[in-house]
Amino acid sequence: MIAFVVRRLLQSILVLLAVGFIAFSLFTYVGDPINNMVGQDTTLAQRAELRERLGLDDPFVVQYGRFLLNAAQGDFGISYRHRRPVAQLIAERVPATLELSLVAAALALFIGVPMGVYTGLHRRGFLSQVFLALSLIGISLPTFLIGILLILVFGVLSQDINAAIGFHLVPQLPTFGRGDTVQLGWWSTGFLTESGLLALILPSITLALFQMTLIMRLVRSEMLEVLRTDYIKFARARGLSNRAVNFGHALKNTLVPVITITGLQLGSIIAFALITEQVFQWPGMGLLFIQAISEVDIPVMAAYLMLVGFFFVVINLVVDLLYYVVDPRLRADKAVAAGHQ
Amino acid sequence: MFGQRVMSVRRSVLAAAAAVGIAAGGAGAAAETFKWAFQGDVQTLDPHGLFETFTLGFQSNFYEGLVTRTPDLQLQPALAISWENVEPTVWRFTLRQGVTFHNGNPFNADDVLFSVDRIRTEGSDLKVVATLIDKAVKVDDYTVDIVTPQPDPILPLQLEIFFIMDKEWSEQHGTTEATNIRGDDQGNYANLNANGTGPYVVKERQPDVRTVLVPNPDWWGDNKSNVSEGIFTPIGQDATRVAALISGDVDMAHPVPVQDWKRLEDANGVSPLTGPEARTIFLGFDQDRDELLYSSMKGKNPFKDQRVRQAFYQAIDMEAIKDKIMRGASTPSNLMFAPEINGFNPALNERLPYDVDKAKALLAEAGYADGFTVTMDCPNDRYVNDERICQAVASMLARIGVKIDLLAQTKSKYFAKVLAQNGYDTSFYLLGWTPSTFDAHNAIVSLMACRVDGKGSFNLGGYCNERVSELSDLIQVETDPEKRQALIDEASRIHADEVGHIPLHQQPLSWGVSDRVTVAQRPDDIFHLQYVTVK
Repeated sequence: MIAFVVRRLLQSILVLLAVGFIAFSLFTYVGDPINNMVGQDTTLAQRAELRERLGLDDPFVVQYGRFLLNAAQGDFGISYRHRRPVAQLIAERVPATLELSLVAAALALFIGVPMGVYTGLHRRGFLSQVFLALSLIGISLPTFLIGILLILVFGVLSQDINAAIGFHLVPQLPTFGRGDTVQLGWWSTGFLTESGLLALILPSITLALFQMTLIMRLVRSEMLEVLRTDYIKFARARGLSNRAVNFGHALKNTLVPVITITGLQLGSIIAFALITEQVFQWPGMGLLFIQAISEVDIPVMAAYLMLVGFFFVVINLVVDLLYYVVDPRLRADKAVAAGHQ
Repeated sequence: MFGQRVMSVRRSVLAAAAAVGIAAGGAGAAAETFKWAFQGDVQTLDPHGLFETFTLGFQSNFYEGLVTRTPDLQLQPALAISWENVEPTVWRFTLRQGVTFHNGNPFNADDVLFSVDRIRTEGSDLKVVATLIDKAVKVDDYTVDIVTPQPDPILPLQLEIFFIMDKEWSEQHGTTEATNIRGDDQGNYANLNANGTGPYVVKERQPDVRTVLVPNPDWWGDNKSNVSEGIFTPIGQDATRVAALISGDVDMAHPVPVQDWKRLEDANGVSPLTGPEARTIFLGFDQDRDELLYSSMKGKNPFKDQRVRQAFYQAIDMEAIKDKIMRGASTPSNLMFAPEINGFNPALNERLPYDVDKAKALLAEAGYADGFTVTMDCPNDRYVNDERICQAVASMLARIGVKIDLLAQTKSKYFAKVLAQNGYDTSFYLLGWTPSTFDAHNAIVSLMACRVDGKGSFNLGGYCNERVSELSDLIQVETDPEKRQALIDEASRIHADEVGHIPLHQQPLSWGVSDRVTVAQRPDDIFHLQYVTVK
């Protein structure tokens, strides 16, 4: 077990090195940061001098090497745009992204799984058909469009809609930013203020919708599969209650693929929160990254890509470890396999 | 518009007076919060960190220079109350007395001298201003002589964005050098904190989230605004920014896409506020190389022929671009600088007529009756509808047989390709320019002079007429306004006659404003909170 974790950690370092290498080889093509850093009246000599000071004329391998060397000492450089240490910038933004991602993941799980179970059990029910139709929207509409639609309905049109139907149906919700936040040490949280919680609603729904429908459809098809198996018939034959059969036996056995997908999706929620963050001006890492791209802020881009790579690696590792917890067969197989070696 | 503003200002003054009366002499009037959004954040609070219009404009709410400008760009005293050119190379500034910085420190000549030194430090992006100043000499506590390397008739015009910092405060916080992109934390204090003399104080600063300004009760001037708290939020997405305005989450947003004006007009409680911007958009040709880098015409450079350049000029229908792309809000131009710029002469701003037949005849005369193909470089996120203008130009040039391969890309890539550092890698391009000094000389020396001795740094096509270069030098040192105007006119005339570039138009400013406020729009897109009135 420990050997497994150590091996995976070593592999993850290789993955991160590869991510960094690819990132730096791409930075050659994203444009020249200098023109975004100086005013139009800055002379050519001053521009050239700045480029040299930042080492932008070096081949990308040299730039990458320098980045690694500094990063190994915990120094991720200074943002070209903000003129502040990148580590500090990212530390400020991580709470916003993680809070949004966690709320979105929780929404996706706690709504997606029950909906999946329900549609699996009541295949022909009217409500199931409604859920399935809605899930098509979640799967097929791109995130930014959902975000903009939500802004349109809950920000721009809510008063008109309420006026048209004559009663207060559609609440007016914040359409950008994080609302008021509270500092807990270095962590800034929006969970403790009313405006912070309200501000979470639209972005987290936007971010969760795709995952929610994915999980729902996955649970549904797994449920349908499992409900056909012999041990479910057996359980029924034993006279167990529906509840015990559905949740104790059926749902539990659908969980392995659900955990895999949810875990991987948590990584992509964090990574792809950037689109949601951009639409809602959510001050997280993704927004920082998007702005870094448009301004060619190489230190921020490099650090962000490495960090997201790191998140993926860690989440994958955790998912692999969770298998052992959920599926006893894995533990048994491993023991048997080890015994034969 | 103007009359309306004056009226509402008067009304708000009365209201403020009444409120003060009720509050029994309390310092604040009725609490009026004003929220506004821009597409990007102010990049640093350090007044010497970045020479960028929005950043400097935002800082001018809390930092001040020796001089300032009114909403219609008239120069007026700020930290200096008067100035005169005592010798050709010496400008004497008499400083305002009794001014204090936000931390209570008094302002005097030492702070001016300190700031002159600070803009010379490594991280400073105001080195351009620094090169205008040979040295600053303290005559007494409230008189400073600024010595220029050569006679400089327009020095005061160039000092609006040179903000004065407090020497003691800077020393106390270890920020005596401008914020440096590389290096240690030296200067970082001023990057995130401000201590100016201006009408507003920075109360809260969260980069990329919000910045809160509150009035400076001890300001030396007369702040007529009734805003008690200004909250600035950057909102990157156009759609989100416009939605925030319509839903009332912000009172003002800029820029608003030109195509959204109709929506704002139809929506309740908001309207677009547009006006001419002092930025001139133009096209340029590579007239330097013997063979174009990106063209079907091999062995020669058609753009060296003035007839070809004029044919391009007359093939472009600016009225159509104005109506169809700019919603009637652009100002077609024949000069390389806008009406707001010192040196503009309306008599020279008449465009050559749009005339396709003439253009075809000129091309045929030059030996290109069958036309040719050339690649056009264009940014797609820098100027108002830049890519669409390029597309329109391409289709108009197709009518005279010139095929344009349009290469429109994001500004970081566009500028990296066409600017000097990459050897002016372009054959035909679109660029925009606002003279940072609001004086024609800046446009002439940067865009029209030959590329020698540090001149013509944005003359991407290498247009070169020795006389224009010479005129540029003369304009720089001529102190007699009439003679100077004659020199500027001569340079403009030569450049227009030779079709050195094709000036297109001044683009419109595009703000969205809630009906509950009035604001003043400066032609350089700078926004001053002190001209905001909440109704």
